[in-house]
Amino acid sequence: MKKIKRFLKGNIAGLVGFFIFIFFVIIAVTADYLAPYDPMEILYNDDGTVKRLQPPSKEHILGTTYMGRDVLSQLIVGSRVAVLVGTISAICVAFIGTNIGLIAGYYGGVTDNLIMRFVDVVYGIPFLPFSLILVAILGPGVKNIILAIVLITWRNSSRVIRSQVLSLKNRTFIEAARLSGAGNARIIYKHIAPNVIPLSMVYVSTTMASAIMTESSLSFLGFGDPTQMSWGRILFSCYSSQAMFKAWWWMIPPGIAIAFLVLSGYLMGRAFEELANPKLRER
Amino acid sequence: MKLLKYILKRVGMLIITMLVLITIIFFLFRILPGNPVSMYIDSGLDRESQELLLRHYGLDKPYFQQYIIYLKNLIKGDLGNSFQYGKPAIEVIYERFWNTVILMLTSIIIAFAIGIAIGAVLAWKRNTKFDLVGTIIALIARCIPAFWTGMILLLIFSYKLNFLPAGGMHTPGVRFDSIVQKYFNLDFLKHMILPTITSAFYSLATPLLVMRTSMLEIVKEDYIEMAYAKGLQEKYIIKKHAVRTALLPVITIFAVQAGAAIGGAVLIETVFRWPGMGREIVLAVSYRDYPLAQAAFLLIGLMTALFNLIADILYALLDPRVALS
Repeated sequence: MKKIKRFLKGNIAGLVGFFIFIFFVIIAVTADYLAPYDPMEILYNDDGTVKRLQPPSKEHILGTTYMGRDVLSQLIVGSRVAVLVGTISAICVAFIGTNIGLIAGYYGGVTDNLIMRFVDVVYGIPFLPFSLILVAILGPGVKNIILAIVLITWRNSSRVIRSQVLSLKNRTFIEAARLSGAGNARIIYKHIAPNVIPLSMVYVSTTMASAIMTESSLSFLGFGDPTQMSWGRILFSCYSSQAMFKAWWWMIPPGIAIAFLVLSGYLMGRAFEELANPKLRER
Repeated sequence: MKLLKYILKRVGMLIITMLVLITIIFFLFRILPGNPVSMYIDSGLDRESQELLLRHYGLDKPYFQQYIIYLKNLIKGDLGNSFQYGKPAIEVIYERFWNTVILMLTSIIIAFAIGIAIGAVLAWKRNTKFDLVGTIIALIARCIPAFWTGMILLLIFSYKLNFLPAGGMHTPGVRFDSIVQKYFNLDFLKHMILPTITSAFYSLATPLLVMRTSMLEIVKEDYIEMAYAKGLQEKYIIKKHAVRTALLPVITIFAVQAGAAIGGAVLIETVFRWPGMGREIVLAVSYRDYPLAQAAFLLIGLMTALFNLIADILYALLDPRVALS
């Protein structure tokens, strides 16, 4: 009874994370209908002056920016890039990381050694400076940001999945599969892979969190997609317009949005971690 | 002996890592579309002068030959001249190097000191409301973008309360005769407070959560139960027995976190206009000052790799079973 209670407790966190994530997905999908204004539209007062840095009002729930744009609309539309970059990077990273981990762990020997030394080398690449340079050279854009994230982040999952595979491959059910004539590919994907899926899901969730953080960081540094509104970009223009001290309504909301979406990834990650490693549940 | 062999192997890995970084950066800047070669040379020039310039910079040679020349120059410490500053890129970066290292090491040490203390207390009060709330706050701290925390702190302490500077490393116009003077004065400390807090807050969660988990493992061990059985006080057991052993995994992640923090300095330094390597790499990339961007990237990479090496060696020393078998 006590154990069940604790299990539910752990999963309440996971559930909360899941609902936050779904909430943002719904906003992202319906952004065009939800946003009261075009996020890039410069709004004017009745007398023809720009609605510069207006505090929150009925018309503009989160006020306006220095250029007279509606903050709430920018925030709503900005969720699209976050959700997009988060989910696509997460899926790519988990796919690549899991496969590399499976291959290295299963074949062992020289293959394993080469792959793992390569992973070591990738661990030596400073993540943010590398993505910054890559995006600057390839040109800013959502695609290149995702590429930069995927090129580096697969290293985390592949290491952990490999060690999981190492402990799985000598178990009796694998031996049995081999004796009954199953080929390598079949053993890897039919017998081993299903056992590492919960662990992969941990990395889907946490990579989503870190990808969203990276995207907003790059956008904040001014290397975001210039055609897409994103939370990091809102903060970039707020910071660089020197108006951040006068317009809290412009600065506070994007940070909270980023924090919540990133948190949802980590919460889901923890729930999957408990699923992958039942020992954790007892804590 | 085994340890020495292990260390040598790791040093070899560091050299390979650096070679890979150098190669990546060389080809990134030359082969990819929109490559900077086109930036060096004004397209308005006639063909003949363009070719002359290409030859002058050695850009008419095949890539492989250029690569060898690049490596040779690198060994001599020559990474080319910065376009913006008109002096060797490595000189510009070296000035920024210590600014970054001092800021990031200070904040990571603070984050670990506080994180270890809170993590130990949370584990001691395990399964209480206190533990739950503490863990949730730690999780949230990791989710708040550091540059945003920095902006909020600037808003509160610099703008509203007006008692800390809004950025930079020194009050403009101040000159220093020696390095000691540069870093050991009140003005520098005042400038350092906000970026240090921002960075430490962001790095706090990892040591805290690792310490908590590690403590929870330890309190289940037999010798802790033995200590209880001997009738020792709980406070004493936690302090003398549990904390010391639980520190091992936290110490091994310290070096890795320090390396990561130096890469992450990009954000903190940009928000606080701190003249470090991270801010310089952003400026260099924005101004298309590629020699400077390369120099900054390679030095940050070297720092990351060195900290990883330290982490590996520490790990081998503290837990020889795992690393050396």
